[in-house]
Amino acid sequence: MPLVEAAALTRAFGPRKAVDRVDLAIESGECLALFGPNGAGKTTLLRLLAGLLRPSSGEARVGGVALPGGASARATVGLISHQTMLYPALTALENVLFAARLHGVPDARAAAMAALERVSIADRADTPVRALSRGMQQRVTVARALVHQPRVLLLDEPFTGLDDAGSTTLAATLTDLAEEGAALLLVTHDVREGLALATQVAVMRRGTIVLREPRLASGEPEAFVQRYRALVAS
Amino acid sequence: MSADLVTGDEPTTSIERATLAPFAPPGFLAAALLIARKDMVVELRTRTALLAALALSLLSIVIFNFAWDPTAVAAIDLAPGLLWVIFTFSGLLGLHRAFGIEQADRAMDVLLGAPIPRGAIYTGKALGNLLFVLLVQAVSIPAALIVYNLEIARIILPLSGIALMAAIGLVAVGTLFGAMTTSTRASELLLPVLALPFFVPIVMAAAQATTRLMSGRPAIEAVGWLKLLAAYDLVFAVACALAYGVIADE
Repeated sequence: MPLVEAAALTRAFGPRKAVDRVDLAIESGECLALFGPNGAGKTTLLRLLAGLLRPSSGEARVGGVALPGGASARATVGLISHQTMLYPALTALENVLFAARLHGVPDARAAAMAALERVSIADRADTPVRALSRGMQQRVTVARALVHQPRVLLLDEPFTGLDDAGSTTLAATLTDLAEEGAALLLVTHDVREGLALATQVAVMRRGTIVLREPRLASGEPEAFVQRYRALVAS
Repeated sequence: MSADLVTGDEPTTSIERATLAPFAPPGFLAAALLIARKDMVVELRTRTALLAALALSLLSIVIFNFAWDPTAVAAIDLAPGLLWVIFTFSGLLGLHRAFGIEQADRAMDVLLGAPIPRGAIYTGKALGNLLFVLLVQAVSIPAALIVYNLEIARIILPLSGIALMAAIGLVAVGTLFGAMTTSTRASELLLPVLALPFFVPIVMAAAQATTRLMSGRPAIEAVGWLKLLAAYDLVFAVACALAYGVIADE
């Protein structure tokens, strides 16, 4: 059974369908890189799969449990967005600790510190988030998303603001998580970064998935970019 | 099997829980307290809304003191209504802030993505708001009694009881409308426009009960108004917690 499933998943905002009858399945250990132009519906799809939005029709399931109702499904999802989802007045540790406690992580403080260490920001644990640079905030965001050991990671431009070292650490962490059996859905505009991590590739346009193939079939990044441009332009 | 009416959660078997989520999430009350505590820490660090509400409240008390002629209208006749108008407007500042702090960097998604009932998010926010309103009242009530030269010792305790009952009603409704309006462009305007009509029964009942208390009337005369406050609190606290589950996913 796939860890992440979408069946005819649709979400409309007024007359406009941001996500239109999307079918999707991501198995344990897979990383699906999802590409698409602005407004294609990628972020809305992620929010539906994270249980943050109710579908207009169709169904989203994580581990076989329908979202957004299933609390056990939400428990297993980690979400990294291009927004930090942090409280600027709280310290880095307090932000991660809060998320850990919301998920019922035992020995939450130790788990939060371990998550911060994993992304090399433990030395700034007691610094208020508002005093951190954008890249450092993104590291805290990653720690916050990983602290409850999610089996599904939904990543919306996760490399935003990260420097080379941060990007390398995050890429290595994501690779480790996939090898440990997590299912990853990665939304990015950076085709090279996406292809480097992906085992599956998909392209979204106007709310629908117009291409889905194994990474190996996508070929070199330059060749894929040509196909991608043709797909989204058509 | 259908979804839980209170939490909105789909039933899951213990096998599914064990397979999916490695940890047992906090219960309803624990999650609500966690959120309320976080909100208070954020508020005490930033102090934006609390200072604004206290300043508005205290300045209003002083300005109203100079705005009427005490030889024409006795303080005891004017103070109850004034107090509740002041509490209503100063409370709105906190109600607006409660969900505002979640919007700036979409921290709300952390709450909505957590394996806790939607009702616990509402309850946590409402508890944080209640503490906020009570803090404002704790400073403003003694200040008003002193400025308007009213009998503090006799009325401070029963007045605190009325204040608590009214605060629960204000917060129950205000928290829901705060959640509904926070992501709209004109949220600072929309919240009072939507919430104030619902505040009318609370302000009316609280002001009437306070009038009877301050004028030394028999306690039995205030019982009807207190029952109205209690009923309002109960109905709106439950209804708003249930309604939040629906609007949170939209």
